[in-house]
Amino acid sequence: MIDYQQRMNPAILQIPPSGIRKFFDIANEMEDVISLSIGEPDFVTPWHVRQEGIRSLEDGKTWYSPNRGFSELRNELSVWFNRHYQVEYDPNKELLVTVGGSEAIDLCFRTLLAPGDEVLVPQPSFVCYAPLASMAGGVPVIIETKAENRFRLTPQEIEEKLTPRTKLLVLPYPNNPTGAVMRRADLEAVAEVVKKHDLFVLSDEIYSELTYGGTPHVSFASIGDMRERTVVVNGFSKAFAMTGWRLGYVAGPRALVSQMTKLHQYGIMCAPTTAQYAAIEALKNGDADIQNMRSQYDMRRRLIVDGFNRMGLTCFEPEGAFYVFPCIRSTGLSSEEFCEKLIYQEHVAVVPGPAFGACGEGFVRVSYSYSIKHITEALRRIEHFLGELRR
Amino acid sequence: MDKLLGLLQENARLSCEQLAVMLGKTPAEIESQIAAYEKAGVIRGYHTLINWEKADANHASALIELRVTPKRDKGFDEIADKIMQFEEVESVYLMSGGFDLAVRVNAASMQDIALFVAKRLAPLDSVLSTATHFILTRYKDGGVVLNPEDERDERRTVLCD
Repeated sequence: MIDYQQRMNPAILQIPPSGIRKFFDIANEMEDVISLSIGEPDFVTPWHVRQEGIRSLEDGKTWYSPNRGFSELRNELSVWFNRHYQVEYDPNKELLVTVGGSEAIDLCFRTLLAPGDEVLVPQPSFVCYAPLASMAGGVPVIIETKAENRFRLTPQEIEEKLTPRTKLLVLPYPNNPTGAVMRRADLEAVAEVVKKHDLFVLSDEIYSELTYGGTPHVSFASIGDMRERTVVVNGFSKAFAMTGWRLGYVAGPRALVSQMTKLHQYGIMCAPTTAQYAAIEALKNGDADIQNMRSQYDMRRRLIVDGFNRMGLTCFEPEGAFYVFPCIRSTGLSSEEFCEKLIYQEHVAVVPGPAFGACGEGFVRVSYSYSIKHITEALRRIEHFLGELRR
Repeated sequence: MDKLLGLLQENARLSCEQLAVMLGKTPAEIESQIAAYEKAGVIRGYHTLINWEKADANHASALIELRVTPKRDKGFDEIADKIMQFEEVESVYLMSGGFDLAVRVNAASMQDIALFVAKRLAPLDSVLSTATHFILTRYKDGGVVLNPEDERDERRTVLCD
């Protein structure tokens, strides 16, 4: 008998698994569950984009691409990025096409972090930062953002956690799970601290195309001289509803992107080529698709925020992504109890806030990446649930 | 306010309150806008999209191409006006191309449609010829796929993305 536990890398073994499986296992066993738990678009990839992927297969274009991604894709990306966020990147030296935003995050950590370097991770946030930073040899240091600040990151919160080993700040905005965005003034304040303490920034802008209220996303790389300190991670999943195609990218200073490309070259070779052909079409002709999806999400967002506020679950108005993060403390339940009772009693699945960091306690994440009919029915059930609780 | 029309076209059963929330207006504003659209004839009615093939086996429909002689001063309006009076007629369009009017007709059977064409449409004064195409299957109607293969949400939770 091999004792596998003894033989594996202890650094990997000590990383906790994602703690929310339980709810999905319950949900999967129930018949009429209404889920508001999923974190990907409900839209199918626009047809003209899918067609380009199909056409590439029909034409037999089934080979590797260059390690960095097709040059046509990088050229289009460079133009698109500049048009949307007013930052110029050299398509040949400062852009790298990756397997989703996740690979980009991993590459950034592994390139920048020497053993023991500290990474500031604001929470609540997407679950991958701390584990990936640890696996890269870094030490994640959690910053707990607060509902009263609309879950934005403040310069004071950064300074409180600084040590001589602090190297990198993760900026996960627009934010999953809170829907918070950082406006230009907020980013400028963060930029001052970053410069003063000579930090790098991993700006995960995967939800950049999904901001509401007419104020477009501001890329951290466009703030002052932050471009030289910033690795922008973005991708096609959320903007173009292309999650399954697994396509993301990194934009950053040449020296960093060059090392990330080396890692990517050895570990991955290249991002899926079918997806790259489709992505070229998305960049060239996809602006109207983005606008249409954004407008749909926006209507659902208003409906769901209004629904929660009516029920008395206070819900700060999310300005980005496709999640709301209502506070459930008024029920007297913990986040986990709330989610468990809700799924058993009303067959509605939402995600407990602490899945995104301990400071998510007292909140739940609700996705509105669902049809209006679906959202309306879920809200009705949640209202009934709250009524029963109060009795 | 064309977003309002878009929402109503997709689902006419949304309440004024729901529409107001989604569009960032007050229910009163929505009500008066809808009233204005109705008055102006922009909104011409609210109906339910029914998949008759599922609801009722006795249902047939056809698309009929008509070639007609236009009347002096009245063009095609007069004949169109006559045709749309028939209860069986669901829609009448004036077309460009090889024929003039496209008429969609509903009835209980193909036989009934054939009779309708022979006895009612073809004998009309200015009708030169008819070509009747029976609709065999409706895949998509009014922007809605009628018999989707699988409506389950195939998305799975991965990690906690």
